[in-house]
Amino acid sequence: MSGKNNASVGSRLLDLVRSNAVPIMFIIICAIFIPMSGLSNSYLINEIVTRMGRNLFLVLCLLFPIMAGMGLNFAMTLGAMGAELAIIFVADLQIWGIPGVVLAMILSIPFSAVLGWICGNILNMAKGREMITGYILNFFMGNGVYMMVVLYIMGSIIPIAHASIMLPRGYGIRNTVSLLHMRQCLDDLLAIRVKGVKIPVLTFILIGLLCLFIVWFRRTKLGQDMRAVGQDMEVARAAGIKVDRTRLISIIMSTVFAGFGMVIYLQNMGNLPTYTGHSQIGMFCIAALLIGGASVEKASIGNAFLGVILFHLMFIVAPGAGAYITEDTMVGEYFRVFLSYGVITVALIMYEAKKRMVKSKAGQELAEAQVRAGKEAAK
Amino acid sequence: MHQVGYAIGLRYWLNKMGYPRLIISGFLLLLLIMTPFVGVNLPMQITNIINRFSWNGVLVLAMVPMIHSGCGLNFGLPLGVLAGLLGGTLSIQFSFERFGAPVSFLMAVVIATPFALIFGGGYGWLLNKIKGGEMMIATYVGFSTISFMCMMWLLLPYTSPTMVWGLSGNGLRPTISLDGFYNQVLADFWKIDFEKIAGKLDVDLGPLEFIKIPTGSLLMFALLAFLMWAFLHTKTGTAMTAVGSNPTFARAAGIDVDRIRTLSVIMSTWLGAVGILIYQQGFGFLQLYNAPNNMTMPTVAAILIGGALVNKASIGNVIIGTILFQGMVTLTPTVMNSLIHTDMSEVIRSIVSNGMILYALTRKTEGSK
Repeated sequence: MSGKNNASVGSRLLDLVRSNAVPIMFIIICAIFIPMSGLSNSYLINEIVTRMGRNLFLVLCLLFPIMAGMGLNFAMTLGAMGAELAIIFVADLQIWGIPGVVLAMILSIPFSAVLGWICGNILNMAKGREMITGYILNFFMGNGVYMMVVLYIMGSIIPIAHASIMLPRGYGIRNTVSLLHMRQCLDDLLAIRVKGVKIPVLTFILIGLLCLFIVWFRRTKLGQDMRAVGQDMEVARAAGIKVDRTRLISIIMSTVFAGFGMVIYLQNMGNLPTYTGHSQIGMFCIAALLIGGASVEKASIGNAFLGVILFHLMFIVAPGAGAYITEDTMVGEYFRVFLSYGVITVALIMYEAKKRMVKSKAGQELAEAQVRAGKEAAK
Repeated sequence: MHQVGYAIGLRYWLNKMGYPRLIISGFLLLLLIMTPFVGVNLPMQITNIINRFSWNGVLVLAMVPMIHSGCGLNFGLPLGVLAGLLGGTLSIQFSFERFGAPVSFLMAVVIATPFALIFGGGYGWLLNKIKGGEMMIATYVGFSTISFMCMMWLLLPYTSPTMVWGLSGNGLRPTISLDGFYNQVLADFWKIDFEKIAGKLDVDLGPLEFIKIPTGSLLMFALLAFLMWAFLHTKTGTAMTAVGSNPTFARAAGIDVDRIRTLSVIMSTWLGAVGILIYQQGFGFLQLYNAPNNMTMPTVAAILIGGALVNKASIGNVIIGTILFQGMVTLTPTVMNSLIHTDMSEVIRSIVSNGMILYALTRKTEGSK
């Protein structure tokens, strides 16, 4: 009896390990790397808390498209671009501090919503290929349209009043826009210090509000529709759900929240890298979510929290550990990039392989059922 | 019977070419017409286009097998590129240039081949496991392999002084000059240089003297393209097309779908490896680390501009697409620069190439999947 019990506990443990293989692997990597990097615990905790405040909002906005079965939203960078446009205008108006942050968030809504609307419509035209399409769209907008607007149209057609953010040639925005007067104003308001660790309470309250919103949203009619669409588009359509509209809404929501997240991110960084700020955001956020144990079709708030902690811990300690092992800092630098790409690759492979397995299983069951029905009919 | 005037009408060309290709061809035509008026040297620009065609042609050709077998656009091109880079660096490391530049190039191809076979085989095996999601996974397989190789370029025990960092003595440099190795080895083969011809004949050809044709590279492309065309007409080649257009039908006809797909991926990867070596010999530099990343998008865009679909491509698509895309790449910066004194070429290139891929992805394709 007890042996049987033990076996079931063992198999349950095995199941737990198997279903959480990625987070466990990263916990082990971090556990090995932390002593190698030689960084002090207080420094690490401080960094992690800062980075959680900086990135969690962005990571959480990935949950909406996953809910609607559209996979990892590689086009969340569109929201980041919307926020960057808003920040440029706010910097041009010279409105700093909390009013500046709030204004940037409000201004980012129309930009992000329009970009999200475009993105959602394009993704609806490419059903079944959402991720690659979103990924290309991110390049199309980021390296193409956004560049065009910021580098050539701003200052020449769209009036920019302040020379300080403009390129010396008279149009186009500088490579970095200083947000010094906005730097960490959201984080510092209501911040508390616990043993030298600064906790940006207000930022965490905003993140908490988004979490509450997500939990509430899942229970609404629209949230339920989204999950139905994510389960099976055809069934959802048969049930009278407007599939395309639901998918469009999920992308717009994701993009708009990504815009808010980017404003939070930028006020923490204290400067705006105009042309490169958004380029890595999507990749890092997606890697973080996947490291937290999410998959392409299923992700929770817990995954986002765990993922951000593990991913950034790995990110902070990898160069030091790489230098310790190979006496070359660059190796560690490349190693962490390799790990983040690698985890996305593995997650995508696992998702596609599983999808295929389920499909062939369903086909087999159908065939068996038909054979059975045939036999019964023969009787 | 069509009316005679029909072929002149816009609708005829629209149906034949589709909006994006028509717009791009029109744009290129406009640029070509504008060149003399803005004071750009047209013969030199044409030489540039021919040169760039000879660099990129084989890389674009590497897209064909995988599109034919239904694996979609080969976003995993970096794997082939990395095999080529390994071949190139090892050829320099073992200093095959002692036996002459052609041997150096040949050995680079020979050494790259086993790597391409191994990479392609593994990659093909992986793509068979994940049918339907090839493109996204290919992209990230490319990324992770590139970042893995970034570490390897630092850690592998290369010693050739032309390649490693001078100061520390280990780790390869990001850009390695091919002077003295296989630089221009194909391009100089039977090179037609109008300046020299004019000098020999003692006549003044005017601006035509700027024209130089890298015959060897073009012949190499023609050879590989012909082989590809011939292969697609063999029994295996026809099977490959069948797998791409209708896998269920192909399986019913007794074709081993997985084997054909793997073969197509290996071919694509090998062509990618040879393609990057040809690119390097024309360009004159070997670029390591994150450089392979920049090869994928232009290549994919080129074949799409040429008229390929996600599951359909021909040699004609390769040639037209490479000329159109490279024409745009060379002409846009020069013409734009002399016209409005701003270099918008990077932005335009990005919009065109990514827009083209987006257009192809959002179109409904029948038969596949």
